[in-house]
Amino acid sequence: MQSYIEALLYSAIRAGTPLLIATIGEIYAERSGVMNLGVEGMMIMGAVTGYMVTYMFNDPWIGILAAIIVGGLISLIHAFLSITLRVNQVVSGLSLTMLGLGLSSIMGKKYVGISLPVTIIPIKIPILSEIPIIGPSLFSQDPIVYISMILAIIMWIILFKTSFGMKIRAVGENPAAADSAGINVFMIRYICVLIGGMLSGLAGAYLSESYTPAWIENLTAGIGWIVIGLTIFSLWNPLRALWGSYFFGGIRALQFRLQPLGISPNILAMLPYASTIIVLSIGAKETIRKRIGAPSALGKPYIREEKY
Amino acid sequence: MVIKIRFERRVSPPKYLSILYVIISILSAFFVSGFIFKAYGINPILAYRIIFTHAYGSPSGIYETIVKAIPLILCSVGLSLAFKAEMWNIGAEGQLLLGAIMATGLALFTPTPPSIIVPVMFIGGFMAGALWAVIPAILKVLLNVNEVITTMMMNYIAIELVRYLIYGPWRGSKEWGYPITDEIPDAAKLICIPGTRIHIPTLAIAISTAFIVYLIIMRTTLGYEIRVAGENPEAARYAGISYLKISILSMIISGGLAGIAGVGEIAGIHYRLRYPESISMGYGFTSIIVAWLGRLNPISIIIASIFFGGLLVGGYVMKMILGLPVAVVYVFNGITLMFILVGGVLSQYKIKLRG
Amino acid sequence: MEQYIVEMRNIVKRFPEVLANDHITFKVKAGEVHALLGENGAGKTTLMNILYGIYSADEGEIYINGRKVQISSPRDAINLGIGMVHQHFMLIDTLTVLENIALSLEIPFWKPLDKIRIKVEEVMKRYGLKVDLDAKIWQLSTGEKQRVEIIKIICRGAQILILDEPTSVLTPTETKELFKFLRKMASEGKAIIFVTHKLKEVMEVSDRVTVLRKGKVIATLETSETNERMLAKMMVGRDVIFELEKAPSIIGDPILKVEKLRVLNDRGTIAVKDVSFTVHSGEIYGIAGVAGNGQKELVEAIVGLRRKISGKIFINGIEIEKLNPRDIGEMEIAFIPEDRRMGYIPNMSVAENLILRSYNKAPFSKWMLLNYNAIKEYAQKLIDEYKIVTPNENVMAKLLSGGNLQRMILARELTIGKKLIIAVHPTYGLDVGSTEYVRKLLLKRRNEGSAVLLISEDLDEILALSDRIAVMFEGEIIGEVEAEKANIEKIGLMMAGVKEGE
Repeated sequence: MQSYIEALLYSAIRAGTPLLIATIGEIYAERSGVMNLGVEGMMIMGAVTGYMVTYMFNDPWIGILAAIIVGGLISLIHAFLSITLRVNQVVSGLSLTMLGLGLSSIMGKKYVGISLPVTIIPIKIPILSEIPIIGPSLFSQDPIVYISMILAIIMWIILFKTSFGMKIRAVGENPAAADSAGINVFMIRYICVLIGGMLSGLAGAYLSESYTPAWIENLTAGIGWIVIGLTIFSLWNPLRALWGSYFFGGIRALQFRLQPLGISPNILAMLPYASTIIVLSIGAKETIRKRIGAPSALGKPYIREEKY
Repeated sequence: MVIKIRFERRVSPPKYLSILYVIISILSAFFVSGFIFKAYGINPILAYRIIFTHAYGSPSGIYETIVKAIPLILCSVGLSLAFKAEMWNIGAEGQLLLGAIMATGLALFTPTPPSIIVPVMFIGGFMAGALWAVIPAILKVLLNVNEVITTMMMNYIAIELVRYLIYGPWRGSKEWGYPITDEIPDAAKLICIPGTRIHIPTLAIAISTAFIVYLIIMRTTLGYEIRVAGENPEAARYAGISYLKISILSMIISGGLAGIAGVGEIAGIHYRLRYPESISMGYGFTSIIVAWLGRLNPISIIIASIFFGGLLVGGYVMKMILGLPVAVVYVFNGITLMFILVGGVLSQYKIKLRG
Repeated sequence: MEQYIVEMRNIVKRFPEVLANDHITFKVKAGEVHALLGENGAGKTTLMNILYGIYSADEGEIYINGRKVQISSPRDAINLGIGMVHQHFMLIDTLTVLENIALSLEIPFWKPLDKIRIKVEEVMKRYGLKVDLDAKIWQLSTGEKQRVEIIKIICRGAQILILDEPTSVLTPTETKELFKFLRKMASEGKAIIFVTHKLKEVMEVSDRVTVLRKGKVIATLETSETNERMLAKMMVGRDVIFELEKAPSIIGDPILKVEKLRVLNDRGTIAVKDVSFTVHSGEIYGIAGVAGNGQKELVEAIVGLRRKISGKIFINGIEIEKLNPRDIGEMEIAFIPEDRRMGYIPNMSVAENLILRSYNKAPFSKWMLLNYNAIKEYAQKLIDEYKIVTPNENVMAKLLSGGNLQRMILARELTIGKKLIIAVHPTYGLDVGSTEYVRKLLLKRRNEGSAVLLISEDLDEILALSDRIAVMFEGEIIGEVEAEKANIEKIGLMMAGVKEGE
């Protein structure tokens, strides 16, 4: 029994890690007031880039780096469209997702079925990994998992305990007021969208280099959209995103474990998507009750000179 | 030295400007996509020539383009309506699949008499698609749950549902090994224009719906209510217009039309339920672009649907003749949408640069 | 010239529709309170936005302390010692007062707000401005919010203070305190630019005044050498009649009766606390009070846009417990909302806006089909009658100016609502001509027998129009008087919460 729980937790954390990383990025973007619906596209581009570059250079970490850069570049397009040109953010994000899905298909075609020579190796943290139950599940993961946990904490601190984070929150709530206080609204939004893109790329690379690890067309299968749901569910708080992501990771893990019971894999595959809907619905009631909402300026472009 | 970009709203943008920008957007997208062709060692001009002659240059090409345009028209009309009511329905893909499932189910597994099976399929498909859309709609209206995410999730659930059925309970008795249902009875198959795959009933529904919906929006009280509710929900409430009613109604119609498209695909083309990717190759997403371009104007929607339908045909050509993956179409669509967005801004604002 | 601390020379600013600033030259000395006077739309706020870096001028130069400067963002303005208190507060609701103030100061990365706290407390003590530093902005009253804005700019070391219509959200007492504060600032050598359209205030607090009209400077004068009448004439371009003729009217049946009404606001706290009053036909019942004391919620409950939790509302003697806005509309009620944006649809035509309340009735529609001919006729009739300036009835409503928008809303509402008119801040942001028009119209309807519930922050308006006056404070009706017996000081005190007899 113990080993069953350990294995389940282990899988949950692994499965939740890409969700966590991308959600933290999206939290930053949305906290500054920009909705980034291109997460799916950025993640899958990160996945294929990471895979390709790892294969070419025989080094998974260069792959990760490349994925981060690619994710960031794509997000810059979204930033330019949404912040500077002020187009409709929903449609802009969708177009980038389409682009990402298509482009990654083309780029990855050669790599379908080809396995990576090297992947990221799990590291067992001494002593801590001997603790029963949480030892094997929490402290025997690969480095990116550890990085993601630390990232969540650091990003939380930055958002709530530093002046930079305060500026981000100000920009997302009332960009006119932030502007009037001398804060550079555009710069902050660009930075936050960039953070979102880079982290999405990283999350994608993790999927293709460590979690699966493989490349197939449409590898992400909608995870990017679940991330956007998670962002809302975690109330734009990186720490809440932690246990939200692992919860969803657990659902993923459960998916595989229930298969031998004879339930159709397709029905099980519906679990993450249905859970997102359910979780958002329950979360919505809580939001209404607690009166904590999205950053007030979310999705609205900031126009300094608009008289009309 | 910082270059500042300033936006000055154009007072009354001339109509020709927006059309001009659309054309420029599409040409730009062609240009940028050309680089991808280059990367595969293919001459882009040659590639485009092949695509266009196949899609529009021959009678069989045009027929196939129309075949692809039918579901696009249906979905786009529905989406334009939803967008007008400020409901971001990204779930046309899933709603279409539900229509397909309903059609197959009715045709194969119910004792519906052959004389009425076709209308029953259409009605059933409409209801299935509407149901699939109404769930996110209710969640949005009652709990303010973001409908972009929920409709997207419903897409994936629909895909898994189709897979479940074709691998499982609906697996055909006659096709061993393949995840595919039996063929539907002849009575359920739609009439096609001889020599083509164009299924007439769905085509008729598509075109008439485009015009009917337009008329409803522009000329009826219901259309007035939808426009008001979409523009200013507060004012709508004061006028006694129920935002709830309008949102749900528009999603029902939107989902229902997508469902009808799904029925058409099954009863007119495939005659059985198969891999979801075979039934709908991104009709749901492509119709978002068409809806964004067409904005409820039936002529624009039909023209845009034919254009993008032709591109989908071109996608096959690219695969067969040029060896490129079909995903190039997605790339093209994504880039086109981006350029259209930029063009939209440019036609509304004059951009001034200051050094 | 060194004696001017701010010099704006030949400023030109064009918007697509209008020349907002037409070669304006504006100079301010250190140590003076300089009023910038003009109607709404004269270009005052535009000019100040240019000085503060929110807009950039098309032509012209700005000199601060004799040096030519480029102000391309608020950050530049702040660095030059310019601080602005905007008409609509620039505060972040979810952050605390201290955090809001800190935002514009140079704070180190790790946000140790203690040093800033000490500095802020010093400033508060020195100038007598009291506010709870750890409260979140959404919890504050409007007066307190303004105080935060002022503290903000002082902490930034502003030598030049711009205040844009600051008194529109203050009670008479708070206004007096503000003026005391401004004089103190001036005596310390700071330059104060006081943007307003209220003549009394110009005379009370300023040293010099510059009058703007339609984007041009009409004159710059020493305040001591002018008077209200002169200023009004310069502001409007013609002689202005201040007194409205108000004949005594025949008071009829009660049309609107509110009994112990209790309504919640969006946050779930009580906004309207057991309010009771009656409005009869032929009278104007004015409710005075600073915005945010429950007026919005009261009105929304009456027209059916907000649910009440207890109490009764009677219109025409019928209790409107379960009616929706449409039914209430059937009872011939006109509602002119506070926020113009709620009352119209920008992207639809003027004609379509005008039928918002009657679109599903004959002759505008039959069997769900709209009859555009009838709509066109109706629209043209109303455009004529209410003198709405528009090229034709098909123009999109968003292109109309503020005054014409209000006329459009009035046209739509008053044509249907003959029995009861509920007008909330109906002349807010309108030029003098339109303001006169609206007030005359309300009086006319009252004379014809309509019952009018007028809610306004503008005390002059309440006094000029009402037959009976009530004051609302923190959700309660603090007092009610007949207009003849009304006394500004007492009403001012009531607006600040002081009940009669205290």
